[in-house]
Parts: sequence; C-alpha cells; structure tokens
Amino acid sequence: MNDATPPANVLSPETVLHHIKKAGVSHVVWLPDSETNWLYMLMRAEPSIRLVGVSREGHAASIAAGIFVGGGRPLILIQNTGMMESGDSIRGWLHGLNIPVVLMVGYRGWTRHGVISDTAATYTERFLNAFDLNYYLVENDKDADRIAVAFDEAARAKRPVVVLVGDEYHGFNR
Amino acid sequence: MMYTADMLKAFAPYRKDAIVVPGRGGRHWINQSQRQDLDAPVGDPAMGGHAGFGFGLALAQPDRQVVLFDSEGDLLMSLGILTTIAELAPANFYHFLLDNECYATTGGQPVPNAKNVAYETIARGCGYPRSFAFSELDGFAAALPDIMNNPGPVFVALKVFPEIENEPIGKRRRWNTRGRDQVVGDLRKTLDTIGRGEVMKTAATAGS
Repeated sequence: MNDATPPANVLSPETVLHHIKKAGVSHVVWLPDSETNWLYMLMRAEPSIRLVGVSREGHAASIAAGIFVGGGRPLILIQNTGMMESGDSIRGWLHGLNIPVVLMVGYRGWTRHGVISDTAATYTERFLNAFDLNYYLVENDKDADRIAVAFDEAARAKRPVVVLVGDEYHGFNR
Repeated sequence: MMYTADMLKAFAPYRKDAIVVPGRGGRHWINQSQRQDLDAPVGDPAMGGHAGFGFGLALAQPDRQVVLFDSEGDLLMSLGILTTIAELAPANFYHFLLDNECYATTGGQPVPNAKNVAYETIARGCGYPRSFAFSELDGFAAALPDIMNNPGPVFVALKVFPEIENEPIGKRRRWNTRGRDQVVGDLRKTLDTIGRGEVMKTAATAGS
C-alpha cells in the first residue's frame, strides 16, 4: 500500500465527500478538529461546495438556518466537543426553526470496546438524547450509506439529524 | 443617542426589496415595513445568533440585499462571527448594530464595559472593508445613501436609547402578529425557496 491508499476499515474522506455532493450540499459550515485536514483539502477543491469556517461551533447553527431559509442546503461539520458547546443554538436555531440539516460530528474519544477515558465521548450520546437529536454512527466506508439516511430523515422530518463519525477521521490523516 | 424607531424610519426608504432581519428592533420595524413578506422577525431563538442567521441568508441569496439589525448584547456573545463574515465578505450584507449599552429586555443591566466599546473598530479589525459609527440621527441619515448604495459587507454601529422592559415576559405586549413558523414560511414563499434543501437525491430516496 502506498501513502495515498486508504487503509482498510476506515471512513475515507473521499466517501464522505461523495455523500456530501450526492445530497446536494451547497455550504459546509465547519470548524476543523485536528484530524479533518484531508477532508478540508478535498472540499476546498470541490467547486460545488462553499466552505464557511466558524471560530466557535455555536455560530454554525444560526448560519445554517439562514442558509436553509435562503434556499441553500447546509451541512454542519464539527466535533462532539463543539456540538456540546452549541446546545442552546441547536435548540433555538435548528429545532426552533425546523431546519432540516445534517450535523456530521466527530466522535472524539469513541471506542468500540466500551472503555472510554475521554469525557468528550462520555457525554456525547447523553447530549444527543437530551437535545432530542436522532443520530447514526458511521465508523467506516461500509457504514457510509447512513449518511444518506440522515439527509433523508432530516428532510422528511424537517429537523436536525446527526451523523457521528466514530472513526476519528483516521482516513483523513494521510 | 437616537431612538430606534426614528432610526428605522430614516432607514425605511432605502430598504427597497431587501430582506430585513429586524432583531431587537422588530417591534418598531413592524410599523415601518412595507414588505413584511421579506422581513424575518424570528424573535430570539437563541441569543447571539442573529448575525449568523442574517449572514447565512446573505450567502444563500447573493442577488438580494440582506439587512440585519443586530444588538450589542447579541454580538458580544459571538464576536468571532465577525471574522467569518469578513472572510466570506458577502457584498449584499448590511450589518447594523443597535447599541443601547445594556440588556434592555432583562431590566437594563449594563453590558460589559458598556460605554467604552468601539464596535465599528472591532468590525474593521476583523476585516470588514467598511464600518461606521453614529450616535446622532442626523449624521446617520446623511450617510445612509453611501451605506446602502455601495457593496457590503458593511458594519454600522448605532447608539440608541435603551427601552428597558421590567414586566415579566408573559405580561409584555406581543407586537409580532405572526408566529415564527409563519415568518419563515412567508419569507421562503417570497424567496421561492420552498422545496429547496428538502428534496434529496440520496441513495436512500433513490432506492439504490
């Protein structure tokens, strides 16, 4: 395997971008975490997507609401830490205005064996349940169709839906 | 200082077919607006978000002016949004700030360092190409043609008299005749954006 070949059983950034484009996303409102740089480079090179970088995740909700009301199709791309910081904005601007938006949320600290040492992961699903956010876990390319399911659910239910990225973006770190 | 109602009356002739997010000036704007179908008085969904909402509208509607009447209490909660707005620099975005130096809806407590914050300087420092500050109505009215007839993003800080409310929220007069859902629905209908952002072409809907 050369350096450009994604390792097996990861969620590759190409797969994520494929689903973003397929859903017709016009704007990605995002704040990077330490492992999303490869996706950033792909998105930056994609002419159909406009990147809207924020300095705090809480800004993303109202920006996405404005984009949607104005006729665009936003995606929010943040980490779980930032999602928790955004609680009131999610409540007011996304739930409150019935915004059908997908939030792709990096699941920092997620492990499959259940022993979690990072409190960012400890509180993530508890937060999602408290804020009435349905969510789908995506860990590798085989799970990636759930991204489409999330877009469909958001549109049908007119509400925000979360995709938890449980791979910690390993594929984006090449 | 100037009264918000007078300021909005001076602005009204320059509105044309702009989208207006009236923010905390909504109770006065409703008496001035000739195009309520293009107004977005969404109330206060979550404090600090009006700038993002107006900015998002401007990104999605690049051929139409978007005018936001923000407030200093809201902006102080999300100052970093100014860097995001300045980076994408939507030329159709007109960002007015109502600075009454206090949290008027909670009884008039001062915002931090209320009398000593130069918001127009902060906006320019964050990258807004044009920013202004006015404390008197005459100066603001004289500058409106330049503000509105040139491209944004532009930031305009306005010193306004506080209109302090001490009544319990449940006892306050409700000025907005439309609920939030109707406001959003009316605006989307006028902008012809209903259906956009909702019909997906994903694997799930395509059955593939």
